[in-house]
Amino acid sequence: MDTFQDTVLKLKHYWAERGAIIQEPYDVEVGAGTMCPETFLRVLGPKPYRVAYVQPSRRPADGRYGENPNRLYKHQQLQVILKPTPNDVLEQYLGSLKAIGIDLAKHDLKFEEDNWESPTLGAWGIGWQVMLDGMEITQFTYFQQCGGIDLDLVPAEITYGLERLSSFLQGVDSVFDMEWCPGVKYSAVRLADEVQFSVYNFEMANVDRLWRLLAEHEAECKELLAGYEKYAEKKRYPVLAAYEQVLKCSHLFNLLDARGAISVTERVGVIKRVRDLAVGTAKIWAAQQSDQPEAAA
Amino acid sequence: MSLDFLLEIGTEEIPHWMIPGALAQLSRLDLLGATPQVDATPRRLVVRAQGLPERTPDSEQIVKGPPITAGDKAAEGFAKKQGADASALRKTGNYYELVKKVSGRAAGDILAESLPAAILGIQWPKAMYWTDRNGPRFIRPIRWLVALLGDQVIPIAIGGVRSSNVTRGHRILGAASIPVTIATYEPELRKNFVILAAHERRHKIEKEAAALGAKLDGDLVETLTYITEFPTAIKGNFNPTYLELPSEVLITVMRHHQKYFSVEGMQGLLAPQFVAVMNTSGDPEGLVKHGNERVLKARFNDARFFWDVDQQKKLADRVEDLAKVTFQAKLGSYKEKTDRVVALVKELRGDGSAQRAALLAKCDLTSEMVKEFTDLQGVVGGLYAKAQGEPEAVSRAIYEHYKPLSMEDSIPSTPAGQIVALADKLDTLRSCFSIGMMPTGSKDPFALRRAAQGVVKILVEADLGFNLDSLATGELHAFLLERVQYYFREVRGFKYDEVNAVLKAGVSTLKDVEDRLNHVARVRPTPNFEPLAASFKRINNILKQANFAQGVVDKGLLEVGPEKDLYEAYATLPVSGPLEDVAELRPLVDRYFDTVMVNAPDPKIRENRLSMLSDMLRKFSSIADFSEIVTSGDQK
Repeated sequence: MDTFQDTVLKLKHYWAERGAIIQEPYDVEVGAGTMCPETFLRVLGPKPYRVAYVQPSRRPADGRYGENPNRLYKHQQLQVILKPTPNDVLEQYLGSLKAIGIDLAKHDLKFEEDNWESPTLGAWGIGWQVMLDGMEITQFTYFQQCGGIDLDLVPAEITYGLERLSSFLQGVDSVFDMEWCPGVKYSAVRLADEVQFSVYNFEMANVDRLWRLLAEHEAECKELLAGYEKYAEKKRYPVLAAYEQVLKCSHLFNLLDARGAISVTERVGVIKRVRDLAVGTAKIWAAQQSDQPEAAA
Repeated sequence: MSLDFLLEIGTEEIPHWMIPGALAQLSRLDLLGATPQVDATPRRLVVRAQGLPERTPDSEQIVKGPPITAGDKAAEGFAKKQGADASALRKTGNYYELVKKVSGRAAGDILAESLPAAILGIQWPKAMYWTDRNGPRFIRPIRWLVALLGDQVIPIAIGGVRSSNVTRGHRILGAASIPVTIATYEPELRKNFVILAAHERRHKIEKEAAALGAKLDGDLVETLTYITEFPTAIKGNFNPTYLELPSEVLITVMRHHQKYFSVEGMQGLLAPQFVAVMNTSGDPEGLVKHGNERVLKARFNDARFFWDVDQQKKLADRVEDLAKVTFQAKLGSYKEKTDRVVALVKELRGDGSAQRAALLAKCDLTSEMVKEFTDLQGVVGGLYAKAQGEPEAVSRAIYEHYKPLSMEDSIPSTPAGQIVALADKLDTLRSCFSIGMMPTGSKDPFALRRAAQGVVKILVEADLGFNLDSLATGELHAFLLERVQYYFREVRGFKYDEVNAVLKAGVSTLKDVEDRLNHVARVRPTPNFEPLAASFKRINNILKQANFAQGVVDKGLLEVGPEKDLYEAYATLPVSGPLEDVAELRPLVDRYFDTVMVNAPDPKIRENRLSMLSDMLRKFSSIADFSEIVTSGDQK
């Protein structure tokens, strides 16, 4: 039986063999692998790109103090971006399931419509949730738009929920009982985060300070976005740093939301604030890409 | 010789609910006169036809030329332009004309030209690109195309995919590359675990699921028919301790989230079992069963967790929390809506139970259960109210206050529920209309048509005794009237002219409208009715032409005979009495019009006759405006 890390390694290996760059997780808090620059920014523009990476994804509101067997404040996604989409993309995806030991002939596989949309990122796509024996194991999306920009090449995004997939393979009812590596349970590695961050996110995070931080990161981002136009050496301009500020804002928004600090009326307004930053960054990134001579790429 | 035709559009999995609409469009495909037969699985849209001509026939086209008076030069010029010799022109009337021979074309060539546009012309609710921004758009990527006319491949290409005679089987169980002819196509698919015909898959699902004890559900059967290529039903179990949760919650989890059928045991109670439909041929090792059971257990655990968490704060303590839930940006929160609905329930003379239910009705929107299972709103509130010791009249009213959800759905079963449901919908309508958010065309984001339909259905079927005028004014009144018409026509099956006639005579309560409609519909088939309606229409026209409003009948001026007879007959009938009696007037009315001249030379007589006709018309128009009845005379 494969441990959690066996499964992760096999998936990475599988996609590496198919020409993907194996990236490491992005080191700023994100709610999903889609938000990493390796996806959000790389899908823009005409350059082909293939990448796969594990991304720990934080969703403060989903925390359950480690008491719910299937819900986590932080879970890990294996994110694959194939741009442009190869014609046999679904066959390749099915191959990855075989690679981690799923004998598809003995299981029930369905592709059920599930279109993805992120209002905070100005992004949407068309796709499915892939159901194996009634369980969603993957989100598959053909990106259509990102940061409010129509995409030149349509990328396929494959997002595996690693905890779910691996606990299915190991046949355990609780994520925490899954073996991370031989002799070490998932709970030994992660339970403390789940407990402590649930306490922090739901009970202790200082709401006033979070609001101030949100405003600070927003201001930093805006300042960076405003400076691009007058800056002479475009390719040196820190658009990537501006994007990190967007991610900070998005995470603070999620924290405030988990704290119950955002009324529904405010919600729309805050989402719009973050979205404006994301869309602004995407625009400048696209401009910077087309500005850059090919040789420097 | 005639040819058979096969088109298979091979795609990635199409959303099940869009497939019937696409097939309807494909069934109108132009196949040179042959009738398209369509079928589909999630991965293929198929059109077959028989008897296509090999070629279209040769034909003649007549091109009109210059007038003969324009002379030979003009004729030569025209002929040259048409690529013909002037000697080929003929004279018809005052013009030259040219008869051009148009040769027929091979059907394969015509189809090769027309098919790509026809395929990409299918309208989808949401289409996508899959190559690049300039590439084709379709519902999901097209991965292969089979296009055959007889034994020939019709050469077409879409997004880099070229047509061939090679199809694909079931994703997992079938071969990835299967050469076919039109004759072997369907059997080859079957060998490769694809049941092409939707009706056959549907039948297989129904038969197998029923044999396993499933409580069949038409919508779910339809969904499963179009998300499988080879459906097979299996049965699974869950721990009976979950039966402590309300069956509504369990069924919602099974049906809507997992697409399982529930199973009923003794006395119609829920059994701790479910039936799932796989997209494969079997589950010999029980892995699929085990996997589904595992997922369901996790889902039920979630539901139990939500239930327990939600009980920590009673509905009654959640009213203030509604201030944080937006009803609509311009219309404020659900707290404000709740205040309005409570006030309206009082205004509509709802009792204490109704008022309490109105206060608590929206509180479940703040519960974890409804956040997870949104389609259970109302139901969850009702269940929680009951569990928290609210009286039955209150909990039932909350439970049912979204009813009726459709025209087929029943209205709430209790008076309190009816009043709350009515007030809730009416408030939504009034509020949205007050900020100009009326539905337009297909756009109706707040489902106002459904709300209005619900109002109408409750008003008629619960017989609440409210005058429509007292509930709505202006545009909303007109909007509700439209729904009233729709309801009586489409749901109750009254004829449209009967509905128009009754509504035109005035609307007080909808129960009264219903009574009058029954009245009209009952008399309608009697022999005297339609001729009488025609006479009433004639009277209407006479009054209109004379520009006559109303007057007082001077009995002394009535002529003995047909005029006086008619007067005495109708004057003795009661207002709003049985229409059968009114219909009996017909011979007298006929005789009147045969012998009496309304437009009498003496203005006093004329005035008196018009007064009598308008008096008679008004007397019987409180039930229906008979001039709206379409009689056989109108249809000519």
